[in-house]
Amino acid sequence: MTDKVTMAQAINMALHDAMEKDKTVLVLGEDVGDAEGGGVVGISGGLSQKFGTDRVKSTPITEQAIMGAAIGAAMIGFKPVAEIMLMNFTTVASDMIVNHAAKLRFMSGGQTSVPIVVRTMTGAGMANGGQHSDYLEAWFAHTAGLKVVLPSNPADAYGLMLSAIDDPDPVIFIECLPALFTPAEGPERGVKVPIGKANVVREGRDVSVIAYGRLIGSLAALSDKLKEDGIEVEVIDLRTVAPLDLDTIYASVAKTGAAIVVHEAVKKFGPGAEISSAIHEKLFDKLRAPVKRFGAAYAAVPFSQPLESASLPQLDDIEASIRALAKEKA
Amino acid sequence: MADPGKDVLLDIYSKMSLLKQNDERLRQVIRSGRLVMPYYSPRGQEAIPSAISALLKPTDFICTIYRGTHDSLAKGCPVDLLWAELAGRATGTCKGKGGPMHITHPDSGVMVTTGIVGSSMPIANGLAWGSKLKGNDAVTVAYFGDGAANIGAFHESLNLASLWKLPVIFVCSNNGYGEHTKTGVAMASDTIAEKAATYAMPGFRIDGNDPLAIYATAKTAVERARAGEGPTLIEAMTFRFEGHVFGDADAYMDPGEKDARRKDDPWPRYRAYLLDGRATEAELDAIDEKHKQAIDAAMQFALDSPFPDVAEVRRDVYEYEVVE
Repeated sequence: MTDKVTMAQAINMALHDAMEKDKTVLVLGEDVGDAEGGGVVGISGGLSQKFGTDRVKSTPITEQAIMGAAIGAAMIGFKPVAEIMLMNFTTVASDMIVNHAAKLRFMSGGQTSVPIVVRTMTGAGMANGGQHSDYLEAWFAHTAGLKVVLPSNPADAYGLMLSAIDDPDPVIFIECLPALFTPAEGPERGVKVPIGKANVVREGRDVSVIAYGRLIGSLAALSDKLKEDGIEVEVIDLRTVAPLDLDTIYASVAKTGAAIVVHEAVKKFGPGAEISSAIHEKLFDKLRAPVKRFGAAYAAVPFSQPLESASLPQLDDIEASIRALAKEKA
Repeated sequence: MADPGKDVLLDIYSKMSLLKQNDERLRQVIRSGRLVMPYYSPRGQEAIPSAISALLKPTDFICTIYRGTHDSLAKGCPVDLLWAELAGRATGTCKGKGGPMHITHPDSGVMVTTGIVGSSMPIANGLAWGSKLKGNDAVTVAYFGDGAANIGAFHESLNLASLWKLPVIFVCSNNGYGEHTKTGVAMASDTIAEKAATYAMPGFRIDGNDPLAIYATAKTAVERARAGEGPTLIEAMTFRFEGHVFGDADAYMDPGEKDARRKDDPWPRYRAYLLDGRATEAELDAIDEKHKQAIDAAMQFALDSPFPDVAEVRRDVYEYEVVE
């Protein structure tokens, strides 16, 4: 057992450990230096004091310049971790991320590569409104060349960050802002969690629930609750949206014959559509019902709290859906 | 203008000769249908990268743009690999996967060619930042056009480069047009060079058709960068004789504008300058002939080379091959 830490602390630990171990690891972004608070919520706290302001650079609010600096340094042997504070701000840097970081390896025929990590926070539930809360992972997963990671707990966040920093390709590392400050079991120092490998957090034979990010905690609790009613829900934490661990998904759904995909990104054209389609293509004859998808409403994230809550996938709806699928099996 | 000596003068001439002949041959071959590609001819702009590259080492970097074959060749990208890339062949610089707008050849310092206006600059900063962290004296040149001076990435990049005192040189080839729009219609200020003052760095507007002026200004900028004193902005005034994209009808130009600009064409002008007691016709002709033969061979190499295996679609997406 390790001490309980928050996801924010775990990511901070990963950055400390990576920078300590490897001099090529750099951190840059708005407010990341200790003089500026060590990041807007403190995730890069202590880094500039320990590793100096050459390796930990606070930048102006210029997302294109931040990403360009990270890309260029990465091309000549560095491993920059660039913070784009909130995920909606990646839109301002999207030329650098989508046209350059993602594609330079391919367009150069493998002569150059861009081993960067883009750290970015997001998530509804904090009354931040329509431009500070979006989950845009589908856009990046749709762009060939990027990896997209979205941890659900502190230990995974630590291990996935270590993997992301050492990954030879660009990784978009998405942190669920409302879940960053909840203590949970901490990581084992120095141990990586592989990118592209899902984690079966609850085993079950009746229904597969595929999700990622902070939803995993409530889905695991739901699985425990339904078990008391004799319903076994297998909960899969994808950990990585791209590349997608289809093997784990297929193995689970082949066993249960029923799947539900849940994410906080907008349902329409979301990752759930890709996952659902892949399951139908591969396991159509094993399914006893169509794959069910849950995601955010097709709207900007609303400010008013009742609207904001209503725009997110509802646990009651997911539970009802699981019960219905389990009943069909019985 | 101080005479940089005969070796440098001939080095610049040699690069200009390669760039000009290469452009002429490419247009000829595209017109014949043997190469199919969008081509942004640099004809008229050869003096700029030729004079600048005469100051650079192979370990220095450039980031350039879609109108950039001349920048890559001047920096040392091998002409045969360039041709093979333009022909989409497996032997090309990028295995045929990048094409004319994405020429990359790190061995000669050609790190990025971008098809996005303004995007050479943020990445050039990163290369310069990395060089500075490594503690070496490498310089990075970001090439771009006048149109790029209006885009946000230009301003973000100049600001960061100056703040971080990066060893980078921003080289704007101002050819008077952004796509089909005259610079004066698109830009509120009179010059691009004056924007340097906003970012507390030196800015120079120079005759981009005069290799000696370019060489002298770039020399100051390179020395400043190598000494750790920070970036420089150079606005080199020039002209593109073949329009925006090859095949362009040039309907947006004033009648007679192109002909009027012929007198500033850097090629005959520089040749005449050298023949005025600095080099003999035989010396210059021998340089031209050497490049003609290299281009002949490059063209043949390219057209004789195989196309890439279709499995290449799955390679270089990630470090490992993608399995669908």
